Amino acid sequence: MDTTRLIIVAVGGQGNLLSSRVLGEAACRLDIPVRMSEIHGMAQRGGVVESAMVFGDAQSTIISDGEADLFLAFEPLEALRALNRCNSKTIVITNTSSLPPFTAAIGKGTYPDIEAIKQLIKEKVGRLITLDANALAREAGNELSVNIVLLGALIKADVLPITADSVKDAIRETTKAAFVETNLKAFDLGFAAV
Amino acid sequence: MHKLLIDQPGAKKLLLGNEAIARGAIEAGLAFASTYPGTPSSEISLNFFQVSRESDLYFEYSTNEKVALEVAAAAANAGVRSMCVMKHVGVNVAADALMTLAYVGVRGGLVILTADDPYMFSSQNEQDNRYYGKLSGLPILEPSSAEEAMEMMGYAFELSEQLAEPVIFRTTTRLNHSTAPVVFGKITKPVTSGDFTKDPFNYVTVPAVSRKLHIKLLKNIEKAEALADASAYNFIEGSGNFGVICNGVSYNYVADAVGDLELDGKVKILRIGFSHPMPGSLIKSFVKDCEKVLVVEEGEPYMEEAVKAFAQEAGYTGSIKGKAPELFSRLFEFDPAMVRANIAKYFNIPYDPETPVDLSDIPELPQRPPNLCAGCSHRATFYAVNRATEGMETIHPTDIGCYTLGFLPPLSAGDFLICMGSSVSTGCGFAQTTDKKVISYIGDSTFFHSGIPGLINAVFNNHDMTLIILDNSTTAMTGHQPNPGVDMEALNFDGFGRVSVESVVRGIGVPHVSVIRPYNVKKSIAAVKEAISHKGVSVIIAQQACTLLERSMKKLVGKPFYVSDKCKNHRNCINDLGCPAFYVENEKVRINAGLCSGCGVCAQICPERAILPLK
Repeated sequence: MDTTRLIIVAVGGQGNLLSSRVLGEAACRLDIPVRMSEIHGMAQRGGVVESAMVFGDAQSTIISDGEADLFLAFEPLEALRALNRCNSKTIVITNTSSLPPFTAAIGKGTYPDIEAIKQLIKEKVGRLITLDANALAREAGNELSVNIVLLGALIKADVLPITADSVKDAIRETTKAAFVETNLKAFDLGFAAV
Repeated sequence: MHKLLIDQPGAKKLLLGNEAIARGAIEAGLAFASTYPGTPSSEISLNFFQVSRESDLYFEYSTNEKVALEVAAAAANAGVRSMCVMKHVGVNVAADALMTLAYVGVRGGLVILTADDPYMFSSQNEQDNRYYGKLSGLPILEPSSAEEAMEMMGYAFELSEQLAEPVIFRTTTRLNHSTAPVVFGKITKPVTSGDFTKDPFNYVTVPAVSRKLHIKLLKNIEKAEALADASAYNFIEGSGNFGVICNGVSYNYVADAVGDLELDGKVKILRIGFSHPMPGSLIKSFVKDCEKVLVVEEGEPYMEEAVKAFAQEAGYTGSIKGKAPELFSRLFEFDPAMVRANIAKYFNIPYDPETPVDLSDIPELPQRPPNLCAGCSHRATFYAVNRATEGMETIHPTDIGCYTLGFLPPLSAGDFLICMGSSVSTGCGFAQTTDKKVISYIGDSTFFHSGIPGLINAVFNNHDMTLIILDNSTTAMTGHQPNPGVDMEALNFDGFGRVSVESVVRGIGVPHVSVIRPYNVKKSIAAVKEAISHKGVSVIIAQQACTLLERSMKKLVGKPFYVSDKCKNHRNCINDLGCPAFYVENEKVRINAGLCSGCGVCAQICPERAILPLK
């Protein structure tokens, strides 16, 4: 089957490893070949965490610069920083809620204006989808569900061969029982936001 | 039940490469495992640790990799299937044991896993441990994917028992930290106890014995080469006049490139999965029909050198290339586009690469480097040392752990680092040869790992230096593994002993020893001043549990702090501590209460006493 390549970037602690896990489980349920790769270790020390997911018949588990079909960013500054993973056809989904790095707090660099970030991304890629995933996660009942809100938006973008139902089943199976209802609501809110 | 113990052959599970490796060993009847944790290998051991709590598997976190290998070597020589897990630089620590264990051999299967780290995602170098195969004479197996790793682990134990010597199982970060669906096989019940029969003329490596054992090792290498030539892990795929020889994850990129560039019928691939000894006959017959050959391997030209030597023996005159300025580098890791482009270039195949978006108009972005956690006690210790040494010229040899991150400004608490334990011994050398005050930093786990011999050296040779042991009661950087100083009972694990850092230091005879609580800033500064004024060796043990671990165990007791109206914007807090809980809003310093651990260090250094606990 055709290969679809997805890059997810986030800040450590935002839960992107769980979201790629849920997506991987959903793919398995549908018997869609999936391979993924992630760099962790520093994740809990406030650095950038990146996952690559390759759906389809490829054997590689990583994605070269310019070769992401889909690009999901949990944080707008990190969307901009990792934009070289995209090409002019890539579909980009980014959270608009910012998490300024500590360096900006101590005056080493300036956090760019969100509208400017959106404009820069929009003119370079195939399609830009933006949503305030933190606000939607709060609406769902837990700000930590940002990762699941963004999964909802990702599935609605309709590029991956993965259904909303299979993701919801994977949420039920993979996420902690106490959070399942909130996570399902978060998924629906993200799905409806696109 | 632990997911790796589910005995359902045929079940399909999404596993991390490291989980697949652990499962493969469990299926092979692994009975005994030892390790010193190190990224990217750590999750293999973590899973063994968990599995050992609910199965017959014996697992231990050993004090260092040499100890881990020696422990496992004995277990294997008692006849039980054993495994020893470490990161690539850990093999350097274990190398002394490895080299002669290769002579002595094993009775039960012993697999030594080395997790190499091309690009150095979390390592101090990117050495290519395939050369340990050549150096020791031991066989090396290298999988290309998580599912292959699981299956290959079973073969590794069989091979080890067939040759009666350890087998090196080499992975790279991209395999350890890749996830893919794998299909479970059957779990073999482990044989957990064995016996040792005395045979000193084969086991005690005095010169006369070793001369005999070296002859045996060389014969074994010949046997292993024949096995490599016939191995199903060294396979040929596709057909054509162009040859590509590859290994590990590079094979995935090559296989994808052959599809992407539509090279069916033009390129044949030789995938090497049994890479020491290299399969000479197979390589000779593979290259014979090739117009030209490309070797695709991350790291050093390990295969390329062997392929060229075999080709020369076979009288092959075509071009063989791999590492070259216009092709592959010895640096860092490969990626699919790089491999695709080089295959196209070398074989003159048209290729139109994807163009990444142009980033030239993107403004300079603020960096997001990893940082010590909010409330990390290492920050408090570094601050105390910086204050105590104001106006002095200092050198801070540092070591391997979270605290290495303190080398960045504003703490600047790290000037020299080469390997585990080096802070102490390099401190000795700097103290002897410079007029600067040497204050070394080492963590508790690293101190047990290899800091103790350096400290004994400092005492015996009477070096004028201060060692600060940052004792957070865990091995934090690699994921909070225990170490000999940890109170295991408090973590609800029974059956462990405990070694006190302070008793070790006092036992060594260090003339000046003090213990500080780094969150108490004033007392800590005073203790550092006293220690560094001592001529000779002094040790400060900074005791405070890891805040990240405390937070995850819901044991944090401090209330978060806030910046009150008394603040006059001196910003000592933010500028001298660099704690990530601070942020600036409308030119005022604020504290993120969700991140603040309530350590209270900033409140103690604020000149206005403007930082107060939330009610």
